[in-house]
Amino acid sequence: MSRRARLLMFGVAAAGLGVVLIIGLAGLPAFGDYQGVYGHVINGIGVSARHATDLVTALNFDFRAFDTLGEEFILFGSVLGVVLILRQLRGEQERPSLEEADEHTFAGASDALRVLALVLVPALIVLGVYIVVHGQITPGGGFQGGVILASGPLVLFLSGRYLRMRRLGPHTLVESADAVGAAGFALVGLSGLIFVGVFFKNFLPFGIPGHLLSAGQIPLASVAVGLEVTGAFLVAWSEFLDQAILIRSRPPEAEQ
Amino acid sequence: MTVLQIAALAAVALSGGGVILARDPLRQTLVLGVFGVALTMLFFVFQAPDVALSEIVISTVGLPVMVLLALRKVSQQERERNEEKQ
Repeated sequence: MSRRARLLMFGVAAAGLGVVLIIGLAGLPAFGDYQGVYGHVINGIGVSARHATDLVTALNFDFRAFDTLGEEFILFGSVLGVVLILRQLRGEQERPSLEEADEHTFAGASDALRVLALVLVPALIVLGVYIVVHGQITPGGGFQGGVILASGPLVLFLSGRYLRMRRLGPHTLVESADAVGAAGFALVGLSGLIFVGVFFKNFLPFGIPGHLLSAGQIPLASVAVGLEVTGAFLVAWSEFLDQAILIRSRPPEAEQ
Repeated sequence: MTVLQIAALAAVALSGGGVILARDPLRQTLVLGVFGVALTMLFFVFQAPDVALSEIVISTVGLPVMVLLALRKVSQQERERNEEKQ
């Protein structure tokens, strides 16, 4: 196709897209003009019906927990895919000396950085747990807290100690956390089916709004999701780290 | 629309453009982190703190680590291939 014909086609398509865009943008509601009904309904009944003060978490883990179940298994499935694709292939070998990988040197891997990492690990873990268990009261919840929890061990890698990170989050432990969390969330839903007859219907006492143990099943579901997300991110990161630091595509003799 | 919201929208537009204009993947990853922080501010000033929390942990920790490690692996393989040729 000649350059002229291509430009002509582009011109026609761009003009069409422009017209459709202008029609669409002209019909948009004004800024801040919310016309949905669902949001108003949830805002109205969230606190009284579920005793949760953070309605986003109430939506994720109660009103539409079934959607979250699907999303959670998307994460689970993609991590499974990462593990499958990044497995050790035939002809690939782990580095013979693991100590070398632990002290992988880069500019700035100083003692000060290591001390900072040691301080940051417990702080990140406390923050992550806080975000996970306070999901029903303040913004946050299992997903956000889970990623923060997972970044705790990652800090050890950033300070130049990869094998320490592996020791803090060994493969079997993070893999089982991933699986137990995913199964735990599904079990919360099944408990609803068993105890009150509807999948993901709340089966626990609601408690007092604003208290840590309130909003029925939401804290339980949040902890399960937090466990799953922590495991999922640590599994994915360690697979990437193994590939980048430990696994070589040539046998060790040839590396000399 | 408040001044903060306009500033956040402008920051997202600028840093988003920056991600596209940075051609080197390594630099692109760093600019992507800035873009993520801009998006976090946007979600926050538009009163979506839950989304802002998710965005900040994913864009500043989750994604860059994976991209940077993949880049390291790719450059490593290229180096090994070059050595084999010599």
